[in-house]
Amino acid sequence: MGLLEIDDLGLALNGATILNHLDMDLWEGHVHAVVGPNGAGKSTLAGTVMGLEDYRRYTGEIRFDGTSLADLGVDERARLGMTLGWQEPARFEGLRVPEFVRLAARDKSDDAVRSCLSRCGMEPARYWDRAADKTLSGGERKKLELASILAMQPRLVMLDEPDSGIDVESLARIRDAIAALRGGGATVVLITHSAEVLDWAEHAFLMCCGHIVDKGNVEEISRYFKGRCIPCDHKNRPDLEEEGAP
Amino acid sequence: MTTTDLFEVAKIHRQVQDPDVAHLAIGLNKVVSSNGVAGLAVETEEVADGVNIEVTVAEDAVIAKPVHMCFGLLQEEGIQKINLRLTVEPRARVAVTAHCVFPNAEDVQHLMDAVIRVGEGAAYSYMERHIHSPQGGITVVPKADIHLARGARFKTDFELLEGRVGRIDIDYETTCDADSRLEMNAAVSGKGDDRINIRETGHLNGERARGVLTSRVAVRDDASADVYNELTASAAGAVGHVDCKEIVQGRAVANAVPVVQVNHPKAHITHEAALGSVDSRQLETLMARGLSEDEATEVIIAGLLRFT
Repeated sequence: MGLLEIDDLGLALNGATILNHLDMDLWEGHVHAVVGPNGAGKSTLAGTVMGLEDYRRYTGEIRFDGTSLADLGVDERARLGMTLGWQEPARFEGLRVPEFVRLAARDKSDDAVRSCLSRCGMEPARYWDRAADKTLSGGERKKLELASILAMQPRLVMLDEPDSGIDVESLARIRDAIAALRGGGATVVLITHSAEVLDWAEHAFLMCCGHIVDKGNVEEISRYFKGRCIPCDHKNRPDLEEEGAP
Repeated sequence: MTTTDLFEVAKIHRQVQDPDVAHLAIGLNKVVSSNGVAGLAVETEEVADGVNIEVTVAEDAVIAKPVHMCFGLLQEEGIQKINLRLTVEPRARVAVTAHCVFPNAEDVQHLMDAVIRVGEGAAYSYMERHIHSPQGGITVVPKADIHLARGARFKTDFELLEGRVGRIDIDYETTCDADSRLEMNAAVSGKGDDRINIRETGHLNGERARGVLTSRVAVRDDASADVYNELTASAAGAVGHVDCKEIVQGRAVANAVPVVQVNHPKAHITHEAALGSVDSRQLETLMARGLSEDEATEVIIAGLLRFT
């Protein structure tokens, strides 16, 4: 049994099908990647698993560690040990950087908060008195969000475009932080368009038109991702294309 | 009521023991404690219906430590009226922290009429923090007529977050000469049947004058808030910004009425306002870290009301 099991997941928004008969099973303690073209439904999948308000009316079943998530809100899912890092993290007026990290932290000590910031490439001395608001760049907010996730010590982390807005120097720190999450026993899901981020994973899922069209090791999936993955009617299935299927 | 009581409620009893810290405490309509420092002249006069206060910061004087003012009453009923004339002479610098303390108010009025003159190249920073009773039996009416001379700087932070608002009617109007800098901030949290009325006006009359008016209001239950921000720019290089955010919960009602007026082709004013519920992305981010919806909402509102 996987840590997260998704059976026949479906979701329609404004009359359009976004998730379509999607099945997924995540092994515990591994780093997984979900790749696919724009509009494939990757972010929606993460939001649905997390229970975000806009994605609550799904069909099918999502189970975390054997527990159905159907009736659980975002905070209840988080307290089970799940969390989500957004593609564009929110800004928090009036909340300082260490306060934001401490909100979710299991260990709320200054030393623990400093450690989480450092591991994500945020020098504590430089950021301790900064606000978690619009004065932080998009990349800084991504790093701050990851620091808060490190502090939370979750069992399942879904990171939407974890490299978005991150400078080259910081990218290695983000990779290390993700490795630290895995080292702590967390299961990580990387939602990405980046071949480099895909390489951080151990297993990958190829998603298109709302469902998983292939899964396997990273090398296998990256062939589709790098060479063939474009929005199309045949759901990025080279085998179907070869067969002339619609 | 003793001075100590007022200072303890305001949590400034340690600061005012420092002989190098100037302070003035008014209990109801009597001067109950004062301390002066070089460069700062304070004259007071108890009159039939209030206290007249004249504060002058001498030319070129730099008051090293913030001056503490404490206005209030510990009784349940009373009318406190303060007439304040404050002059910061050219190139002087001073910061004032005022606590307005009404922890037991059931039928109290606090009326403040201030005339503030900040001289050429001078700097004046004023922080006013209110501590009210949980009953909300108070009416607060602070009015200020402020003028900034060339190159003067003035910053004011008004904060009413502790206890119930009751009724508040703020009316500050500032005129700004060339190269002056104005920053007016107000943060108020209302609940129950509180009524909040904030009117902040800035006139950027001089060249290169700059002004920012910022209001942060949270209302819940049956509270209501009306925020009128008016900023005019009438000279070349005058630049201003008006920023109003109000979070509304329950049956509360919020209104924001921004007025921006530009009277010169080389002047510029921007405006932003956001009224409504707590931002859903912020809320879901905190909930995804395990905070309940109520906890997350409190964190977001507390942050909104805190100027950083």
